[in-house]
Amino acid sequence: MRILRFLLRKEYLQIFRDHFMVAQMLLLPCIQLAILANAATFEVKGARLVVVDEDRTSSSRGLIDRFVASRRFELVPSPISTRGADDAMLRREAGAILRIPTAFERDLVRARAAQVQLVLNAEDGAAAGVMLGYAQRIIADYAGELATTLPGVSASMAVTRVGQPTLDVRTRGWYNPELDYRFYMVPGILVQLVTMVGTFLTALNIVREKELGTLEQLNVTPVTRGQFIAAKLIPLWSLGLLGLAIGLAVARYAFHVPIRGSVLLVFGTASVYLLAALSVGLLVSTMVETQQQAMFVTFFIVLVYLLMSGLFTPVRSMPTWAQWIAQANPTMHYMEIMRGIMLRGAGLREIARHLAVLAVCAAAVFTLSVRQYAKRVA
Amino acid sequence: MTARGAGAAIEAEGLSRHFGAVKALDDVSFDVRPGELFGFIGPDGAGKTTLFRILTTLQRPDAGSARVLGLDVVKDFWAIRTRVGYMPGRFSLYADLSVEENLRFFASVFGTTLEQGAKLIAPIYEQIAPFKDRRAGALSGGMKQKLALCCALVHTPELLLLDEPTTGVDAVSRREFWDLLEKLRASGLTIVASTPYMDEASRCERVALIQRGKILEIADPRRIGERFDRPLIAVRARERMRLLEALRAHPGAGSVFPFGDVVHYTDARPGGDARAIADAVRQDLAARGIADAEVEIVSPGIEDVFMALMQRRGAEAA
Repeated sequence: MRILRFLLRKEYLQIFRDHFMVAQMLLLPCIQLAILANAATFEVKGARLVVVDEDRTSSSRGLIDRFVASRRFELVPSPISTRGADDAMLRREAGAILRIPTAFERDLVRARAAQVQLVLNAEDGAAAGVMLGYAQRIIADYAGELATTLPGVSASMAVTRVGQPTLDVRTRGWYNPELDYRFYMVPGILVQLVTMVGTFLTALNIVREKELGTLEQLNVTPVTRGQFIAAKLIPLWSLGLLGLAIGLAVARYAFHVPIRGSVLLVFGTASVYLLAALSVGLLVSTMVETQQQAMFVTFFIVLVYLLMSGLFTPVRSMPTWAQWIAQANPTMHYMEIMRGIMLRGAGLREIARHLAVLAVCAAAVFTLSVRQYAKRVA
Repeated sequence: MTARGAGAAIEAEGLSRHFGAVKALDDVSFDVRPGELFGFIGPDGAGKTTLFRILTTLQRPDAGSARVLGLDVVKDFWAIRTRVGYMPGRFSLYADLSVEENLRFFASVFGTTLEQGAKLIAPIYEQIAPFKDRRAGALSGGMKQKLALCCALVHTPELLLLDEPTTGVDAVSRREFWDLLEKLRASGLTIVASTPYMDEASRCERVALIQRGKILEIADPRRIGERFDRPLIAVRARERMRLLEALRAHPGAGSVFPFGDVVHYTDARPGGDARAIADAVRQDLAARGIADAEVEIVSPGIEDVFMALMQRRGAEAA
């Protein structure tokens, strides 16, 4: 116990003496949140729209006006022909083409339904989906408007047939009523932050002692492996929690992201998750000889963890095999837990399943890495 | 220490260790007496580091056994660690901790304090004390090495193991370092050091010549020359390449190798008369057009013995 205390003192001394490290610990959460929360958004603002208006009636102009007024789309000075519009799309001058055919107003009046064509650049599928959503809402709204102004036009163009009852769907986004993407992203970014601090710092810290040869020096002392591992993991564990605390404060006060659940639960679950993250770092350190290798391997692992965690794409939309793998990914469970606690205000009961899996993951990786460490050093 | 009396400080019996197909150590046996300054000399890759790692319990032998301070290196490794000081070749300190912090840290992990270890390290520590608040990373090579030595001694070990302690250190610091070791030995500490440098080996009481995992010879370095069984001739000439060629072509040439700014020559036949051989060499060189050759009879040093032993082994192996 006495030896562990001395080892811990040395670790903390080294951590706080490293000004770069301290600065990084304080600034990383702020910068990451600032950049990612704003950059990693699915919102599409000012998509460039080319309109090919072949109808040139008040009805067609009305539709165009609604698109412009929505502020979701930005009108590109229109080329007249369809081909001109296609070229604009190819040159990336436009992200969407709205084509209103010649008989638009006439069909509206006579057939009570009309068609418009919307062409989207779907290189970025997610963005195209979002644009489609915006466009559909604008068109539906306009249709509703026309129904009252233009006699005999059905409530929604090309969707509902005349005489059929219209379903009135009113959406309400629970837990995030304004559908603010930042609310969704920030907890995920905090998870990513804790993951990075936990794995990278652990792997690099231990491998550095290996590189320097101080590990060998410690191995001829009466320091046990248990003491050594504890002395390495405890400071980095506390550092991970400190990073999370800073991140949470920034999220709460700079981004006004709600923390609806218990803060204590946030830190409690983070402690469990950190054990898994630190153990991965320890495991990496047993496999490699240099800090460069450690960096590369850790980066690879963390990237897979994050991609399979639901940070950017929901796990449910992954193929089945990937969903199975994701089930074994502690980052995925912790991501669910963090979003649950922060946005839905989930309590211990609601996150119990994820927490249980997380605890099992952490225990498994920890056991594996400690055994691996013992084997390598023997 | 000497108080241990009859028991040897180290007894090694048939130590072997393989790394894949490479035999790092091949049936090595030796013993070190308490209070002795014992040296291992041999080229890189001779197996010195593996031997030290076994003695410091960092590695296990594949075969054979070793007792350090009467303790078995495999079974009693835990007890050995507190009683042995080890300074690896690439001595390792925490560069971001100060001199004093490094010392206190290593003292604390051995369950002792800097003050308790002060007596043994005093002669060394006083040399680095003026820099005690400086980060270890900012010390010169010689200073780092002294700090590493202090760290290895701070828990007052009974046996000090040094694996090539002076690699990468300038000549002056090397000499100072060996002066320190002699002082430590005088205080009763048993010291085992390895080195690739012949001049360092000659400061030991006994040296073991080690090559390709085998000990060729263990002897007193001052006496080791006596084991050289043929006269040794040193030849000096301006054109060394031509001199080497000419000597190798000399009838009856045994070994010819450059040694500093001279070339050492021995006859292939043992027991010849030194003066006769020297005269023959001088005449032959003159005949071969090397007029400025200075031929001299010298007494052999460790290097000569080592070269001769290596050559003999090579011949046996062939």
